[in-house]
Amino acid sequence: MKVSPFPAAAEHELANVQLRRNLRAATDTIQSKRARVVAELPDWEALRDAGSEIKADVLARLDELLVEFETAATAAGAHVHWARDGAEAGAIVARIAREHDVDEVVKVKSLTTDEIQLNDVLATAGVRAIETDFAELILQLDGDWSSHILVPAIHRNRTEIRDLFARTIAPGIVSDDPADLAEASRVYLRERFLRAKMGVSGANFGIAETGTVCVVESEGNGRMCTTLPPVLVSILGIEKLLPRFDDLEVFLQLLPRSSTGERMNPYTSLWTGVTSGDGPQELHIVLLDNGRTRVLRDEVGRQALHCIRCSACLNVCPVYTRTGGHAYGSVYPGPIGAILTPQLIGIENASSLPYASTLCGACYEVCPVKIDIPRVLLHLRAEAVRARGRSAERLTMRIVGWTFESARRFTLAQRVARTAQTPFARGGLVRRLPPPLSGWTRSRDLRAVAKTSFRSWWAGR
Amino acid sequence: MSDARTEVLARIAAIPREPAPEPSRDYRVSGERSADEVVELFCTRAADYRAEVVRVDAAAVATAIVRILAAHGAQRVGIGPGLRSEWRPAGCELVDESALDVAGLDRLDGAITGCTVAVAETGTIVLSGSPEEGRRALTLVPDLHVCVVMREQIVELLPEGIRLLGPLVRSEGRPLTLISGPSATSDIELDRVEGVHGPRRLAVVVAG
Amino acid sequence: MRIGLFVTCLGDTLYPETGRAVVTVLERLGHEVVFPAEQTCCGQLHANSGYPDEALKLVRRFESIFGSYDAVVSPSSSCVGHVRELAPELAPRVFELSELLVNRLGVEDVGASFPHRVAYHPTCHSLRVTKVGDAPLRLLRNVRGLELVPLERAEECCGFGGTFAVKNAATSSAILADKCDAIEASGAGYCTAVDGSCLLQIGGGLERRSGGVRALHLAEILAATESA
Ligand code: SF4
Repeated sequence: MKVSPFPAAAEHELANVQLRRNLRAATDTIQSKRARVVAELPDWEALRDAGSEIKADVLARLDELLVEFETAATAAGAHVHWARDGAEAGAIVARIAREHDVDEVVKVKSLTTDEIQLNDVLATAGVRAIETDFAELILQLDGDWSSHILVPAIHRNRTEIRDLFARTIAPGIVSDDPADLAEASRVYLRERFLRAKMGVSGANFGIAETGTVCVVESEGNGRMCTTLPPVLVSILGIEKLLPRFDDLEVFLQLLPRSSTGERMNPYTSLWTGVTSGDGPQELHIVLLDNGRTRVLRDEVGRQALHCIRCSACLNVCPVYTRTGGHAYGSVYPGPIGAILTPQLIGIENASSLPYASTLCGACYEVCPVKIDIPRVLLHLRAEAVRARGRSAERLTMRIVGWTFESARRFTLAQRVARTAQTPFARGGLVRRLPPPLSGWTRSRDLRAVAKTSFRSWWAGR
Repeated sequence: MSDARTEVLARIAAIPREPAPEPSRDYRVSGERSADEVVELFCTRAADYRAEVVRVDAAAVATAIVRILAAHGAQRVGIGPGLRSEWRPAGCELVDESALDVAGLDRLDGAITGCTVAVAETGTIVLSGSPEEGRRALTLVPDLHVCVVMREQIVELLPEGIRLLGPLVRSEGRPLTLISGPSATSDIELDRVEGVHGPRRLAVVVAG
Repeated sequence: MRIGLFVTCLGDTLYPETGRAVVTVLERLGHEVVFPAEQTCCGQLHANSGYPDEALKLVRRFESIFGSYDAVVSPSSSCVGHVRELAPELAPRVFELSELLVNRLGVEDVGASFPHRVAYHPTCHSLRVTKVGDAPLRLLRNVRGLELVPLERAEECCGFGGTFAVKNAATSSAILADKCDAIEASGAGYCTAVDGSCLLQIGGGLERRSGGVRALHLAEILAATESA
């Protein structure tokens, strides 16, 4: 897989005025809600420290904790599977479906399953996966894809959704009141929940100590999928572990406040193997690598595996809030996508993503597990430069560096630039530059090189 | 080809990593409010997320439930097999949920349960599948959930709650459901809509 | 106190008046300012573009040039932040101008007078990396005649980001457009900040719109003695 270059993809998205308006309104709302509930806690920074340190500990002991998780979950009655990549994980889920003669599964929103394109894999195996999260349902009905981790249809407004429902699950619907739209999806999905033979979920956390799986959600579709069907398969990225049950006291504070800006999300489900007579009587857990061990190999970049997918970094990002998620070309958009995708699929396949940032640092400031995203971006830019090898840019940067290593050369360069700008400069401003600098003058004037540089002014003082 | 388990574990083992220091835990683990303030806070916070909250004397729980059921027009109501008798309301049909399949649950007008612990700061109630709470599906399929919370079950902070729940998971593997308000979605322009797939109405009776 | 001035490569070349203003302010307060002529660039450009080795060379060069000063001052908070990170030994002696004035020299009134409406844009690096806090605001509040006007979404990035402005020109321009809208809506005649590079971006945007609002470095406001 290779993602298309960010600059062009972003430019395409920027042209969509409706998208920009929807996105801006939504990210503004969620950002201020988050700020309000975070400010309520006097110990927020201590929670962030704990969250970040617990995750660092998980990565340091990942192999040991995975085995501990497997042992505990198995003892509690779950079947634990391992998958090196998405194809392997998809095959496991498809096989379980086949064994139970199932041609339809209900599914909770999960980035991990999107990452491995599970729905397509299942479709090939003759199994229809029904997305049950409201937003995911909208996207699935429209053949669209997610643009936000938490609010996947953030780019759609109510009228667009009403029109879509009228064409698909609710012929004749006229109201675009969110309550009526939600009711339409309730009616459509209820029947499917009640008849479902198999549920598929991701997971927010897996507890190594107890083998517990945890799903955090709002609508109740998660509870439906993980309790009603007799068979449940949950796919867990290997980095999702927490060492101990009590660690939830940190993460269940960090996650809802950072993501939906609520003190607590409506529903959190935790199950530990099979409970006789209650919920699925056959439980599967698939532990997925799919590039995560590759991320772990990078000492600086591995902190991206701390991510709890809260999406706070998206909502504050000056780039994401303008371009939306599609420009990032993967299921992980925004600042976290810019550092995670290149590591998961290889920098050579996503080399423009680490540059899709102004390095403003707003993401780092809000990240509940303190991922130093700007630092990882710089690290990955260096990797991208290395991977590209010889290039015009590298040559230029070498020459610029060499120039800066001597004041004499630098002074000379200033003089050359002053002469070179003559055809472009007027009244101290440059209004149009040739490529590759033409991007600047599209929307901005540029200060011309001064007649008297600071150093010559100083020398003549 | 080695199996996936061996290979994934080998990939990890091959990566040099420093042991991480013991995580710091400088956050609050016990509250500072008085018992009355904690109850007060729980009621406010639960109501904040649109749960309907009523406070009654321990002896008046059943009457309060009768009123709630009447207000919602609920006739057939599911209960866990162990719901204490003094909470069972008169004048409606109480059905033991353990005898019902999913379709049966779907025909209920509501459910009445107790809870295991409640957290004031977040307005959360926690169910753990005890006989007084029933199976997880009981509080999911019917459209109304009436939950009785006893005053002494309310703790101030989430860490206090989690530490009470740990033993239930460690020793009995009990399934847990944390509930904070009725189900909701904010997927349409981030407008919050109460009630999607879970019960659209949550009534909390705080007793004592 | 003998203060070494790091004027920055951009400042030296594109907006020398900012460096001159720093000299004016510090000399007015009775300090000796020295401009070591060997200086060029701190290496931030290279660090931010993925060339850490070149960046490190330039930081080392910076250290050898400025190592002997009591204090080093620069009108660019992002350069200061960059140097502090890569030259930890020198870090305690390197200051952005407002930090030097307020935190190190304890001065909040520099005797300036600038009778205009001014909006202050806290640049990302001054806010989150160098952490200058409210030092610029304290200085601005003591400028005679100056009316500080609030700026909507002040803490949001201007879209500069070094090579980002060129590599992702369309996105950079979209971010800048919102910043310029906010500045124009504030009713200010000037927008000020403590980073020359962000002012290059904001100023370039404002000039192109020809709305009459100008971008001006904090140093130049502090150097001004305009009467009303
Ligand atoms: S990187 Fe941090 S802020 Fe962004 S989604 Fe992950 S946890 Fe949330």
